[in-house]
Amino acid sequence: MFLFADVLVAEIEKKITETFEVFDRESNKSVDVREIGCIVRALGCFPAEAEVQKLLEQIEVEEPGGFVHLEHFLPVMTKVLLDKRFQPIPEDVILHAFEALDENKCGYITKDDLVKHLTQGGEPFTQEEMEDMLAVALDPETDILHYRDYRIKLVVDETKTFPFNG
Amino acid sequence: MGSILGTMGCSSSVADRKSENVIRAAILIQKWYRFTMARLEMRRRYSLSIFQSIEYADEQDQLQLSNFFTFMLDHCTHPEADSQIFTSPSAPQVVDEDFSLKEFEKKIAVPDSYYGPRLSFPLTVEDANALLHAFRNEQLLHARYVLQLLSETRRVLKEMPNITHLSTSYSKEITVCGDLHGNLDDLLLIFYKNGLPSEQNPYVFNGDFVDRGKNSMEILIILFAFLLIYPNDLHLNRGNHEDYIMNLRYGFTKEVSKKYKDHWKQILSLLRDVFSWLPLATIIDSKVLILHGGISDTTDLDFLNALERNKLKSLMRPPKSGTNRQDQVKKKTPVTKPSKHTASQHVAGKTQHISSSGFTEPSGSNLPPDPALKEWKQILDILWSDPRSQNGCTPNKCRGGGCYFGPDVTAKLFERYNLKMLIRSHEFKPEGYEISHDGKVITIFSASNYYEEGSNRGAYIKLNPELTPRFVQYQVSKLTRRQNLRERVGTIESSALKSLREKIYAHRSELISAFAQYDTNGTGRISVNDWAAAMESVLQLELPWRMLRSQLAQMNPDGEVDFMSCFYDLKMGQPIKEAQPALAETLCRYRKDLEIIFNIIDKDHSGLISLEEFSQTWRLFTSHLGIDIQDDSIDKLVLSIDYNKDGHIDFNEFLEAFHVVHRLEKKATS
Repeated sequence: MFLFADVLVAEIEKKITETFEVFDRESNKSVDVREIGCIVRALGCFPAEAEVQKLLEQIEVEEPGGFVHLEHFLPVMTKVLLDKRFQPIPEDVILHAFEALDENKCGYITKDDLVKHLTQGGEPFTQEEMEDMLAVALDPETDILHYRDYRIKLVVDETKTFPFNG
Repeated sequence: MGSILGTMGCSSSVADRKSENVIRAAILIQKWYRFTMARLEMRRRYSLSIFQSIEYADEQDQLQLSNFFTFMLDHCTHPEADSQIFTSPSAPQVVDEDFSLKEFEKKIAVPDSYYGPRLSFPLTVEDANALLHAFRNEQLLHARYVLQLLSETRRVLKEMPNITHLSTSYSKEITVCGDLHGNLDDLLLIFYKNGLPSEQNPYVFNGDFVDRGKNSMEILIILFAFLLIYPNDLHLNRGNHEDYIMNLRYGFTKEVSKKYKDHWKQILSLLRDVFSWLPLATIIDSKVLILHGGISDTTDLDFLNALERNKLKSLMRPPKSGTNRQDQVKKKTPVTKPSKHTASQHVAGKTQHISSSGFTEPSGSNLPPDPALKEWKQILDILWSDPRSQNGCTPNKCRGGGCYFGPDVTAKLFERYNLKMLIRSHEFKPEGYEISHDGKVITIFSASNYYEEGSNRGAYIKLNPELTPRFVQYQVSKLTRRQNLRERVGTIESSALKSLREKIYAHRSELISAFAQYDTNGTGRISVNDWAAAMESVLQLELPWRMLRSQLAQMNPDGEVDFMSCFYDLKMGQPIKEAQPALAETLCRYRKDLEIIFNIIDKDHSGLISLEEFSQTWRLFTSHLGIDIQDDSIDKLVLSIDYNKDGHIDFNEFLEAFHVVHRLEKKATS
């Protein structure tokens, strides 16, 4: 039982290190603090922005420059993965979320509504994020998001290539 | 996680409840979108990482080859081995200093059917425009004009000092461009956005004009033409690819030989000279230093300015120095692949190392430092080094030449020469540029889509008289509709994985034996950990193997990797007939290198080499390995290699011969 736990921790630490190193531009075991959110998500976690910020409070950030060293990130992230925090949300829940934005329940959302909800509510998108999403999600001729199709497009893509599956 | 229509305070009105739902829904969607984007970003990063690791590993391999070259060339039976490479009995030789424009005109006829640009010297803007127009329409410039252009360029470059000094006077902005690597579209795009070079619009091009892309020749022609028209306003720095040995490997030599079937030898010969006459660096307003690679802790600008730069035609071989050379070269040269940690082996045949302190001393001797070697190292450093964020100056183990220099090295150089900025190129950057060392060092890279359509932007710098840099980015796109991020990443990723799979195939036997060592029960399955360790140690590529595993091998429900699945579905080009699996793999790995060697021996580029030539090469190679072989064994071998018995050896037969060599190599060094 003990041995199993050790092996599990070792495996988790290796995964974290590998992902960290992909973002470590100069191979010196540190990354820009702004990439931490990306790394946490790349490891399969589903945090909100506020939760990423809280996580960062536990990690020492080197100033000037705002760098995070692997040795500070590793223990914090290992615990996150062992505790299975920030688990991904099932597909049907995302579907319900889109449905909630679809006021008339017609199966689609207009570009304007989408922009309004996502850039003003919740943890607002930046302009770049919004534009990127619109570029993929909208039907270019009608400027409408058919959310059932969009969701499927993205989900299928991800399960095919998600690195840490299984 | 449950439904978002969760519990609410019972005093909320329906409207409040609804808007709370909407906000919660928004948060969920935002979370989910950022999750998806993060994973996309990760795929993009590791794809670029794959490209770069393979590229640098190839560069290391190149050094291995150059050890052999040096040996071959030094010990060739012909005395002027160097110039012999580009000779054949019939064609005229290394283009002479005195070959004037008129000579080319007399000796090379331009047919009436040629509709390309006809240059007249001295060149004018009309000639430049004609060239641009022709190249946009994919025409070729006739060989006579190419040779005339190159000859004139050499004449003009010879007058220039090693380090060019410029000033931003009269509020002229100077534009600095980085690596172009044969991407004509990028050059045309730069001219379109930024205007053609002129007295009011000066440019500095910071090296690596050639190799990899398919229009290296056209880029050179355009740059040299503008150089002749505006010699005070178009400036060129030499890059590490302005080097004939690099060109053999990375595509430029091939491009020229294909485009100019009758005159490629003369053109390449002249180019070798022209490259060696390119200035080494440019300094603007005595404050901004521009050079291709970087610096080291021994970089000496005065020394660099004083040396005879044209003596170094290639940096891939250390210069012939004084007395000790004969003894040193007879020693057996290491032929195993250099590991990442011993990159200082790039001095052929010698057992010395080029340390970061600058000087080399032949081991076990008390000779004073060799001046030729110092010159070589100084230039090698400025053309090959890369900046890093850690202090210090260490040998550049990725590239095998030059160093990694830290902010302290930069600061010291700046202090010594009263500089404010260093602009360099040499390294791929996804955004086309990058600022490091606290704003003191700028990397500028002008070849967009370098690895693959959509892989990166290119950029150039506009420097105003206050010497504040302004960056302009761009990206050439062949697709009529701009790909969205997901499609771009998909393209880059498949391309990167394809390159990686080729490498995996090329190392198949080694990988299988590495896997087998972990598979003690012979089940064909090993843990992910072991699989990753084996991949890394055999391929010598630092990549996120666990992340890549799902793309490279299958896993069973127990979480173990079926390691033979790495090799399924691999289709490699044309199989050589009669090849066995091990041979095919060796050929794949060494093919590029062997092609170069073959092309050198095949002087008239006929695709065939004579038995005699082959036999000479074979003798060389075996003596290089320190193996004693009787003459008649070589004859027997040579005859047996000629499979189709036509008295000649073609490339396929040549490859077969080297399969045997590979086995001998392994034996010799084990």
